[in-house]
Amino acid sequence: MLREGEYRIPSGCAISGFINKDGRRVDGSAIIQSIALMQERSNGLGGGFAAYGIYPEYQDYYALHLLFEDKLSRNQVEELIKDNFYIEAEDRIPTRHVRSIGKAPLLWRYFVTPRLSKIEESQETEADFMTRLVMRINDSVNGAYVVSSGKNMGAFKGVGYPEDIGEFFRLDEYEAYSWIAHGRFPTNTPGWWGGAHPFTLLDWSVVHNGEISSYGANRRFLEMYGYKMTLQTDTEVVAYAIDLLVRRHKLPLELAARVLAAPFWQEIDRLPAAERDLYTRLRVVYGSLLMNGPFSIIAGFSGGIMALNDRIKLRPLVAGSKGATLYVASEEAAIREICPDVERVWYPQGGEPVIGRLEEESQCRLSA
Amino acid sequence: MPTLSLMPPEFSVVRDDNKCIKCLACVRQCGFDAQQYDAEDDRLYAIDANCVNCQRCVSICPAGALTIYKNPPPMRPNAHWTEGHLRNIVKQAETGGVLLTGMGNDQPFPPYFDRLLLNASQVTNPSIDPLREPMELRTYLGSRAEPVSREESKDKTRTPLVPIETPIMFSAMSYGSISHEAFESLARAAKAFGTLFNTGEGGLPEDLYEYADHAVVQVASGRFGVHAGYLNAGRVIEIKIGQGAKPGIGGHLPGEKITAPVAETRMIPEGTDALSPAPHHDIYSIEDLKQLIFTLKEATRYQKPVSVKISAVHNVAAIASGIARAGADIIAIDGFRGGTGAAPTMIRDHVGIPIELAIAAVDQRLREEGIRNRVSLVAAGGFRSSADVVKAIALGADAVYIATATLIALGCHLCQKCYTGKCSWGIATQDPYRSRRLNPEIGAERLYNLLRGWSHEIKEMLGGMGINSIESLRGNRLHLRGVGLNEVELKLLGVKHAGEAM
Amino acid sequence: MKKVYARPAYCMNCHLCEVNCIVAHSRSRDLFRAYKRENLRGTARVIVEERLPLSVAVQCRHCDDPRCVAGCISGAMVKDSETGIVYCQEDKCVGCWTCVAGCPYGAIRPGEKNGRPVPLKCDLCREAGEPACVAGCPNRALVFEERRAGA
Repeated sequence: MLREGEYRIPSGCAISGFINKDGRRVDGSAIIQSIALMQERSNGLGGGFAAYGIYPEYQDYYALHLLFEDKLSRNQVEELIKDNFYIEAEDRIPTRHVRSIGKAPLLWRYFVTPRLSKIEESQETEADFMTRLVMRINDSVNGAYVVSSGKNMGAFKGVGYPEDIGEFFRLDEYEAYSWIAHGRFPTNTPGWWGGAHPFTLLDWSVVHNGEISSYGANRRFLEMYGYKMTLQTDTEVVAYAIDLLVRRHKLPLELAARVLAAPFWQEIDRLPAAERDLYTRLRVVYGSLLMNGPFSIIAGFSGGIMALNDRIKLRPLVAGSKGATLYVASEEAAIREICPDVERVWYPQGGEPVIGRLEEESQCRLSA
Repeated sequence: MPTLSLMPPEFSVVRDDNKCIKCLACVRQCGFDAQQYDAEDDRLYAIDANCVNCQRCVSICPAGALTIYKNPPPMRPNAHWTEGHLRNIVKQAETGGVLLTGMGNDQPFPPYFDRLLLNASQVTNPSIDPLREPMELRTYLGSRAEPVSREESKDKTRTPLVPIETPIMFSAMSYGSISHEAFESLARAAKAFGTLFNTGEGGLPEDLYEYADHAVVQVASGRFGVHAGYLNAGRVIEIKIGQGAKPGIGGHLPGEKITAPVAETRMIPEGTDALSPAPHHDIYSIEDLKQLIFTLKEATRYQKPVSVKISAVHNVAAIASGIARAGADIIAIDGFRGGTGAAPTMIRDHVGIPIELAIAAVDQRLREEGIRNRVSLVAAGGFRSSADVVKAIALGADAVYIATATLIALGCHLCQKCYTGKCSWGIATQDPYRSRRLNPEIGAERLYNLLRGWSHEIKEMLGGMGINSIESLRGNRLHLRGVGLNEVELKLLGVKHAGEAM
Repeated sequence: MKKVYARPAYCMNCHLCEVNCIVAHSRSRDLFRAYKRENLRGTARVIVEERLPLSVAVQCRHCDDPRCVAGCISGAMVKDSETGIVYCQEDKCVGCWTCVAGCPYGAIRPGEKNGRPVPLKCDLCREAGEPACVAGCPNRALVFEERRAGA
């Protein structure tokens, strides 16, 4: 039977996330509660979380979260890591026993920084160096998979209901200013921990509910820029697309959202001349990154989160706010579950991004 | 004239005398003198040997009294020595000449479009209904190098992109190979629908300049009709290196078809043969092509995208890569089923490769080299339906060119005698008695209908795949599956076999 | 008034206007019966004049001051005051053929029906409403419209 990653699995799911814009860090119990409410939307075959601000003491180091199927793959990867990075710290990711979680792979984390000599040798930026290495591990080391590779953030995922995964990874022991979560309903039995969401690249993390019919076109476009699709899940292209548009091509996040869920030509034609030219040019250049098919995604990054629907809103997405906190989820109930007195609730339009960012002073405080 | 005719007529004209009302419409409309009337005996009869099965008489007969039958092969059944081969050999024994024919390759090579199937979304992904949701077919042709920045708008060498409202354009058919009426029908329909037509190598007649902003003006090896006004009037300029029907050779429009207006448009003397040489005699290598591309851009102040049209041949991927790096904005690839007004039969039927494989190979190669964005790819060569169009786009094309389909819409029945200039339908002729049979008002309507029908079908197929914008189909091979294709073919096309999961 | 006008650029000399005219004026209104039973071949009221490659369908112009009406000795030929159509009241025709001689367009020919004389002349299909030649022209070479004088 083909392993996941060798064929595509569409899925229906649940997503939830929030950010405290004032930088206040909280433990994972709220997000677990929120995603657990939507248990009906999952089938126990995948769950995952991403958390931002959880490693303040290692904030200048890349926190590599890895899973290994066996000791052999772990040794191979550790060779690679030692070769290319200076390791500040390493340990097994702490877990607790949960009855419903089956056999887990080996779960490790390493706080690293790339060796200067290696960066000079390769003549890339540090970020490109990191992404290339991560893709190399995923692509060529059998049995190893990089779950996340950002600074001061981490992804935790596996096969099981998300609330059980959250319990397993002891998320109540971490403190983060933003959390995103995902519960999965794949239409096949994956049995592989790497297949759950979120999908990450550097400090981007994406949870996704939907199926991207434009996947083939999106993938072949991204491959031209050196991105290797190893998972054949749709979420991969979303994360890579955001990385390409925002980090490499320096588009503002709002415009990147307008590439993924582009306005219709009939709307563009009605815009004033300068805007019309800009949006036409965006669609023409990045037309192959237009995401067709139903989706709602939440993308996390250092300093914020963005939620987005496909342009004809074929999947649910609700937003809410109270004080300095922005909530987004597949269902309103999931927001009210953890914030019963939410002040404002709204349903974003298809194609309209909802972005929450840390306030300036919180940014400074967190990086001090 | 030989003393003995070795081959009997190919066709029999059968007239049902119970139905025939002797109105003589068939006699007047037959372009090949097959239908005859003996006034003395008040008798209608046919000269079967002249009949080419163009079906004009059958269509025009108000009584439905005529049927054209293909005569049985004049020989024992033979899978190797077919009737076609026998007739060709006999003709050459009589004339010693090169066999000529018209339209596209009619030989039974494997049809890849007929072995590819499309996807549809169910359950996990809702299909989209084009009658209720916007379904976008608009396509922009030209170079799409990124990134997007404000400085770009000040760059004077940035060539504007050309939008077309449907990914279907009319392919090159020169004024001279087709009548003014046919040419005008194409121009009018293209303008009305919001797409482009291609002038072919015969230039653009003065009286049709009002359609020039929907024209791809061609610069072919004979440079017929090429002057600054022509270049600047068109919307896109196309350098024709080759065409699918006759890769590697030039063109020949016989003097009989060079009437005064054709001669004027082509800028050659009336009655002379219009010979397009095989290569452009100023393009012997890729760097020469680059020079011509930029010469044309300078002449038009970088306001027109430059397209380069090539035949699909064995190393089409490498050639396309070279062309993309030489500064072209669009590459048009014509497969071996492409049609023509005149070509040597052997070349038409045995040279070139299928467009499906060519597009897949070129699209893949350009992506591997990271330069797919620099050009739009237009596929041509025997597209018969909207399903063929959708499959071509899924394989990697931005848009397609259709020509044979448009002529069929105008009445062509593929008799393959275009080179004689005797087209009974008024399409491939300069004889005013024949060409007036094609009323451009009607022709333009029929072509518009064709575009409308196909575009709507494309929208339905897209919606079925859960896509509401054509750019999400481009190069998206995952929506195709092959049936009855071998491993090599599947690999070349980049598609999986039907039954395999996503 | 609306009249039938030819557009010579599109006339392809098929003569189907003549065929349609014959059928429209037959008793049976059926192509085969009209030609084979009723023997109406050659009795069209519209004639296609040929000077190849040009050809044009010619029929009665329904003149404002019709010579055929002026010349008709029995008063059979009339111009309808409402519709302007010039037509023959067949029961009154005596077969003098002055109309034939007088028509400046040669648009009338002598004919017969049930043994009685009948001038073969376009009546704009006044019973049907839409002229059959226009409807039946496969190339839209004939149009039925109103034009100003001199058009």
